Amino acid sequence: MATLNVLILVCLGYVVLLFGVAFAADRLAAAGRGKWLRSPLIYTLSLSIYCTAWTFYGAVGNAARSGLEFVTIYLGPTLVMVGWWWGLRKLVRVGRSQRVTSIADLISSRYGKSNTLAICVTTLAVVGGTPYIALQLQSITLSFSIFAEADPTGLYREGSSVFWVAAGLAVFAILFGTRNLDVNERHHGVVTAIALESVVKLFALLAVGIFVVWGIAGGLAPMMERIDASEIGKWNVDASRWATFTFLSAAAFICLPRMFQVMVVENDDESHLRTAAWAFPLYLLLMSLFVVPIAVIGLDLMPKGSNPDLFVLTVPLSQGNDWLAMLSFIGGFSSATSMVIVTAMALSTMVSNHVVMPIWLSTHEGSASVSGDVRTIVLMARRVSIAVIMALGYFYYRVSGGGAALASIGLVAFAGISQILPALVGGLFWRGATRTGALVGLSIGFILWIYTLLLPGMGGGIIPISVIENGPFGWGWLRPQALFGIEGIDPMVHSVMWSLSLNTIGFCVASLLSFPSPLERLQGAQFVNVFDHSVAPQGWTGSVAQSEDLMIMTQRILGVVPAQEFFQAEAERQNGRTGRLPEPTPGFLQRLERELSGSVGAATAHAMIGQIVGGASVSVEDLLAVADESAQLLEYSSQLEAKSNELSRTALKLREANTKLTQVSKQKDAFLSQVSHELRTPMTSIRAFSEILRDTDGLSAEEQTRYAAIIHDEALRLTRLLDDLLDLSVLESGQVSLNTGDGSLSAVLDRAISGALAGGDGKLSVRRVRASERIQLHTDLDRLGQVFINLISNAQKYCDAALPELTISTHDVGGQVVIDFVDNGSGIPAEAQALVFEKFARVGSDKAGGAGLGLAICREIMQRLGGDIAYLPGQGGAAFRVSLPVAYQQAAQ
Amino acid sequence: MSRKVLLIEDEPNITEAIRFLLTREGWQVETHAEGTDAVQVIKAAEPDLVILDVMLPGKSGMEILRDLREHQDMQRLPVLMLTARGQSRDREMAEKAGVSRFMTKPFSNAEVLTAVRDLHAQASRL
Repeated sequence: MATLNVLILVCLGYVVLLFGVAFAADRLAAAGRGKWLRSPLIYTLSLSIYCTAWTFYGAVGNAARSGLEFVTIYLGPTLVMVGWWWGLRKLVRVGRSQRVTSIADLISSRYGKSNTLAICVTTLAVVGGTPYIALQLQSITLSFSIFAEADPTGLYREGSSVFWVAAGLAVFAILFGTRNLDVNERHHGVVTAIALESVVKLFALLAVGIFVVWGIAGGLAPMMERIDASEIGKWNVDASRWATFTFLSAAAFICLPRMFQVMVVENDDESHLRTAAWAFPLYLLLMSLFVVPIAVIGLDLMPKGSNPDLFVLTVPLSQGNDWLAMLSFIGGFSSATSMVIVTAMALSTMVSNHVVMPIWLSTHEGSASVSGDVRTIVLMARRVSIAVIMALGYFYYRVSGGGAALASIGLVAFAGISQILPALVGGLFWRGATRTGALVGLSIGFILWIYTLLLPGMGGGIIPISVIENGPFGWGWLRPQALFGIEGIDPMVHSVMWSLSLNTIGFCVASLLSFPSPLERLQGAQFVNVFDHSVAPQGWTGSVAQSEDLMIMTQRILGVVPAQEFFQAEAERQNGRTGRLPEPTPGFLQRLERELSGSVGAATAHAMIGQIVGGASVSVEDLLAVADESAQLLEYSSQLEAKSNELSRTALKLREANTKLTQVSKQKDAFLSQVSHELRTPMTSIRAFSEILRDTDGLSAEEQTRYAAIIHDEALRLTRLLDDLLDLSVLESGQVSLNTGDGSLSAVLDRAISGALAGGDGKLSVRRVRASERIQLHTDLDRLGQVFINLISNAQKYCDAALPELTISTHDVGGQVVIDFVDNGSGIPAEAQALVFEKFARVGSDKAGGAGLGLAICREIMQRLGGDIAYLPGQGGAAFRVSLPVAYQQAAQ
Repeated sequence: MSRKVLLIEDEPNITEAIRFLLTREGWQVETHAEGTDAVQVIKAAEPDLVILDVMLPGKSGMEILRDLREHQDMQRLPVLMLTARGQSRDREMAEKAGVSRFMTKPFSNAEVLTAVRDLHAQASRL
């Protein structure tokens, strides 16, 4: 029997070896040597951390308990590697081109760099990963205890050993996993150590298998007989469990943080995948080769009730082959440690990048400007995260107490982490996938996974048994293991079916219903079309290019002459051939593209040449760029259109203004013509009579007096005209200053009537309704009086009644004071009513000495005062209505 | 021989001044102050000379002249046109319409008398 001391020594020695390998590999990589460190073989071996202690020990146990079902764990990744290597290639390409640090980072990056999503995925990974780490610790402890049982010294204490194992792994992960800040700089040391561990565990399992087949069973043929005789072959294969488990292990292979770490983050060269595509399935095949023989022999040899999970250890031990058992132990140890180290690294990256750093940055705003500071913080966060994750695993192990509760945790973890699959695959292949969709899908899947698998799996630990059996609040249709009344299927199948299908449906529906942000769209395009533009910009190959087509296209874009000149110059450059089209060499095509891009933009030029040359397909990105340029052109043209609309509006305005000006000019001409006429007419009389007085001898005294009177009258008329013109021009220019004062309407009317009648023939009688005139006014009383005088004078001049009479009445019309001036004459003809307020508008043939400006002045005055004056038709005689503004009248006395 | 002039003018003071001047020259002066029926008045009066204002109530002097010239027997009637508007365009219009002499107000009495004498002399020679 090997002593525990030897085992511990061997273990320590092995760990030291791992440290040494990792250290040496890091040194080599740092020195730029050790190309083999980046070989496809190392990559393939590092992928083998898929095979954890759960696989190493558990596969045999699984085979002993459930027959061939264990194969599914190997089948899933094999199917992925063989059948979906192109998908993995895309994943790796995206991961590298986006410098992705973890699966959470990838999901977040794809969906518009959403940290919410990253936190979701991180949470999911930690919740799913912690029990998984605990499982590894348990396997080490169990295998240790096998040796401890046999150890007579009894030094072994279970608890402390697990603690020290956990602590040691944490130190290893911290030392080699957090040396560099940029995770994409890759951890050659860790990867190399893991590769070594993969070799060790494969070697150990093969050794045990060979020992079992040839050492115990006595060769292949007897072994086959024993297998046939055992119960393993008789177990029924449950198709739904098979399909589910195969699918789960395939999904987990892609989604597990540690697998993502080694497959994408640590990937040095995309072509390594090509090797891994066959080498990794081969590794899995070798790992599974002796699982059934060991299980069969174990069942045969070991006493009833012994743990089949430990057959790998106990079978060699029972045969007294201690060194083989020790090798087997080291193999299991390797499986566990490699998984724990990489998982801790991957999870710590996620936790520090997506949880700790955002919180730290938001609480230390401003202080993050010093980059060195942040580096330290990130590294510290990562180290602390590793320690915390290891501690979580340790405490989970301690709390759950190991044993049966952990047995199925591997698949439970698989089911949990598989919830990322829809968002991941959708993100890689479906541009319509949105952040909202991913969040909805992940949340639904995560919650259903916890509710239907994780919680019931813990027995009555967190939720009462009654809930599991009868549903919450007694709602049977919400029973965790029989959702919506679907019963009788395996809990694992049930959970995976519900969580993943509703996850996928939620993801798709929410994606279709939500609208992605521009960044999401951009990232989506870059992810989905990663192969179209992540390669180095390749030169054109013009083997199929048609120079003629290129010429035609260039002519269309550049114009005929420049295009011909360009092609001529190009032809001369090529062997001095003139008069012929140049060969479409890559150089020529590139120059052409540059030339064209000056006219139509880079993307369009690229796409156009691409279409003709056909050497490169037009990528979605190119089309997007074209669309962008078109959008810019559209924008530009719509701006032009807007400008042209504006111009035509301006032109219209100008035309209108011009028309107005012309009208004004015509009006001015007409006005000047009128003024001229009105001035010349009295001047004609004055001149004529003054000449008569001067030149004519023997005029009688009456004649002299009469002609002098005419001259006098006409001179007065001229003066009045000039006064009116000046008055009007001042009123029209708005330069008039109102002399506002207070007074009663009746007083204003009194003055106006006496003033107007004084110059008249006295025939006109004025009737008033004095009672209604008792209104206090606050306005320019002189101007208002001027209006009244004008109206009264007009009645005096133009009223053609035998007994002319003017009625002045004051009314309240809708709160406004109006004063009506109505005479008993024949009034103003309807067609002239509209004109009476125009300048020089004279109605009828009466020459009453006015220049025709009176009413125009009245209108101007009333408008200045804020009131109005209008002709009031239908009153019999001439009728005018003066309206006073409300503001200018005061409360009636 | 009695010479008859018909003065169509709506300004009474101007009418009076011209009447005074021409009466002293030996003209028989008839007046009319309305544009509307001016053509009929001219035909009825059969004057040797017409003095026509442009701005008349009802019908402008231009229109009167144009209508007048449409009548065969009125084509050679001397017409002296007076206007207070004084725009060059009026003169062109008047000449087109067949005016014999065009004068702008205010005029000197001597100008009017000279014009009247000239026009009458021309008409008499023919």
